[in-house]
Amino acid sequence: MAQLELFLQTLISGFLLGGLYALIALGMALIMGVMRVINLAHGDFMMIAMYIAYWLFTFFGIDPYVSVFIAAPAMFLFGLGIQKYLLTPVMKVDSILPHNQVILTVGLAMVFSNLATVFFTGDYRSTPVSYASSAWYLTDFWKNSPVELSLSMPWTLSFIIAVMITIALWIFLTKTDTGKSIRATSQDLDAALLMGVNVNWVRMVTFGIGLVLVAVAGCLFLPIYYLYPALGKQFTNIGFVIAVIGGMGSTDGAIIGGLILGIFESMTATYIGMGWAPAGRFSIFVAALVFLPGGVASILRKRRLGK
Amino acid sequence: MKKFLPLIVFALLCIVPFFGLSTYVMHILILVLIWSVIGMGWNILGGYTGQVSFGHAAFFGMGAYAAGLLYQHLGISAWWGLPVCVLILTALSLIVGYICLRLRGAYFALATLALGEICRVAAENLVDFTKGNMGIMLRERTWVDKTWYFYIILLIAAGTYILIKMVMESKLGYYFVAIREDQDAAESLGINTTFYKTISLCISGVLTGIAGAYYMNYMGYIDPSTVFPLSEVSIATVVVVMVGGAATYWGPIVGAVIMVFLAEEIRSIPFIGAAHQTIFGIILILIIMFLPNGIVGDFRKLIKPLSRAKRECHHEFN
Amino acid sequence: MSLIEVRNVSKQFGGLAALTDVSFVLNKGEILGLIGPNGAGKTTMFNVINGFYPPTKGDVLLKGEKVSNLKPHVLCKLGVARTFQVVKPLQRMSTLDNVIASAFIRTKSKAQAEEISMEVLKFTNLYEDRMFISKGLPLGKRKRLEIARALATKPEIILLDESFAGLNPTEINEQIEIVNKIRTDKGITILIIEHHMRVIMSISDRIVVLSYGQKIAEGTPLEIGRNPVVIEAYLGEAHNA
Repeated sequence: MAQLELFLQTLISGFLLGGLYALIALGMALIMGVMRVINLAHGDFMMIAMYIAYWLFTFFGIDPYVSVFIAAPAMFLFGLGIQKYLLTPVMKVDSILPHNQVILTVGLAMVFSNLATVFFTGDYRSTPVSYASSAWYLTDFWKNSPVELSLSMPWTLSFIIAVMITIALWIFLTKTDTGKSIRATSQDLDAALLMGVNVNWVRMVTFGIGLVLVAVAGCLFLPIYYLYPALGKQFTNIGFVIAVIGGMGSTDGAIIGGLILGIFESMTATYIGMGWAPAGRFSIFVAALVFLPGGVASILRKRRLGK
Repeated sequence: MKKFLPLIVFALLCIVPFFGLSTYVMHILILVLIWSVIGMGWNILGGYTGQVSFGHAAFFGMGAYAAGLLYQHLGISAWWGLPVCVLILTALSLIVGYICLRLRGAYFALATLALGEICRVAAENLVDFTKGNMGIMLRERTWVDKTWYFYIILLIAAGTYILIKMVMESKLGYYFVAIREDQDAAESLGINTTFYKTISLCISGVLTGIAGAYYMNYMGYIDPSTVFPLSEVSIATVVVVMVGGAATYWGPIVGAVIMVFLAEEIRSIPFIGAAHQTIFGIILILIIMFLPNGIVGDFRKLIKPLSRAKRECHHEFN
Repeated sequence: MSLIEVRNVSKQFGGLAALTDVSFVLNKGEILGLIGPNGAGKTTMFNVINGFYPPTKGDVLLKGEKVSNLKPHVLCKLGVARTFQVVKPLQRMSTLDNVIASAFIRTKSKAQAEEISMEVLKFTNLYEDRMFISKGLPLGKRKRLEIARALATKPEIILLDESFAGLNPTEINEQIEIVNKIRTDKGITILIIEHHMRVIMSISDRIVVLSYGQKIAEGTPLEIGRNPVVIEAYLGEAHNA
């Protein structure tokens, strides 16, 4: 019974983790779909958002969940600027190396993580919110439950907000004109151009929204995780691993890929050891490359065509 | 003159140890040569074949660990790492090539990025085999003096330069560049793109690995965070080549000279020293935006304003 | 003697049928035209013959051997070369280097590859432009460079995909001359996709007509010009447009 309890507990925490991962990967997938660029500074943008939320909490006592409404718009504007003044000009530059926008994001990542170390030191920080250790127990709701499971309160809250944001994004992409332009550009750039879509504007908005998503994820992670400058790299890795599992640039794939990775990592940590969680992450990445090169998205696509 | 430039540089470097330079200067020169080899290795794959790798630390570290582990477990000289790493890295390159060179686009860049991290995590966690974060130390160095170390890396660098020049002027070189310029066209011109990309990866991986094996012998100590790091090796390699100029013979060498000296200078400045990654990041961004083909590749673009300025001066005098 | 036989080839992309049950034969020494309205599946047909896509159904035979699942580079070695409708020069290489890169398929020595390339460049009137970076060439010359590269692989069969599109009348005449010379001087068999009716009618021995992925007619240019089904297919397109 203890075994089963452990397994279910691992599964649930993996699922909650996966929901947050999906949020990070969604932003990456949107950017990848529209710009064909892997944003290798994605995790570092998240780190910046987390520091914003952290200082808001430390100086003004603003709850990280409330900081979402400050950090996300700030990162949106930041994203617009980066796209406008750095990424768009680089697209026009003629260079021998392909992917020079990707290399540019690597440069950004170096600058951000290093500056964070210089200004905020490499210390591990966390926000001591009052509800940090509160939890829900299954036996509270169901007295005679054969297994005992617990759900950490901040984890659940973060997960629910992540789901809400994902739904909001879905509504935005399917119902609004800007959202439709984003989807059109991601499906066929030339056609979108012909239809009169202002592609440069779409790119800016997409990058902005990508950063909003990752900023939200950062604020949601803050109450349940540590914050340190090198954290960006780790979450960039998570983002692109999910991108490959889910299928490059696919938003549906990003959600499913996020959940898969969350559960998988939680399982490795429980059954193999904490130190091996990154190794597990990369082995599932390699497995996806070898056995499912198109990612989850290629399976979804086949379904849809009825084959 | 241009034809003899490599010879002149080589000859000059050959007599450098006779100048009685300080150990520190010799150390810097050796670092420049190590980075030139890594840069030239990366350039074959990234610059000429157009397959950008963000994980050359994997190859560098594998070479270093090959040498270190031979010494650690078999008790033989770590110099054996140089020939042995050729085998190991060919095998590694074939595996990596098989997995991700069939795929197009950004997959390769991501896969190499992951590869570097996989290697680091493995080296950290396989404590029984690699001694984990304790690292591997050579109990006695081969020479106390740096002269012989310098000559060995000089030979490796010269060999690498010659090899790359030969490759790039042969069928292989044409095929590499054809693949970079247009894969579909290359494929329909009879070029087995997956095969030649794998060859390019092998050459690149082996050269980088040799630099790693040399590094083990020269430094006498390695641990996962010095030979497998993302920013200090993998990304630094990209910076070195981008600064110097991708797909040029001299680019990686020029890049290595600039970046090693710059790194030493910046690190020695108080306060700013801690921010050297920021400065490198900014250099990388500026290079991408304004000199995308590096100092060597965009040399004309660089000297144009200079010569215009000169001409204007001339006018004033007349 | 048939060099290439396309036997009941169908190609589907997801639910979309690009080619349905197409069969035809390319005989040694002939110039076979492949025409049809936009979206008829001509380029897809080339991509199937040339190995970029395996056919969903049916087979492609080269001298009686099945080659349907071979890759483009293998087919090139077997003597099937092609050009692209949207030209794909190796942009940063010079015209000469473009051709040398493809000449290497038959030789390992650079001197020999260069010799082959020089000959091909003279043949296609590109000799004067050999040192220019191919990206900067005007369209007409880039189209000829496509042909030069294909010729440098010493093919038996050459697939020309709209080598005349976008050229001015002088260039068209020059190009016609080159295509004719490819057959007469080099004895290479040609399969050509072309929209330009005057060109295709004057140079082809036979013509195959595709419409909506199906073969609707086959015959000499004269027969095709009179065929009511073909006229309907083209007029239909004009009506819709």
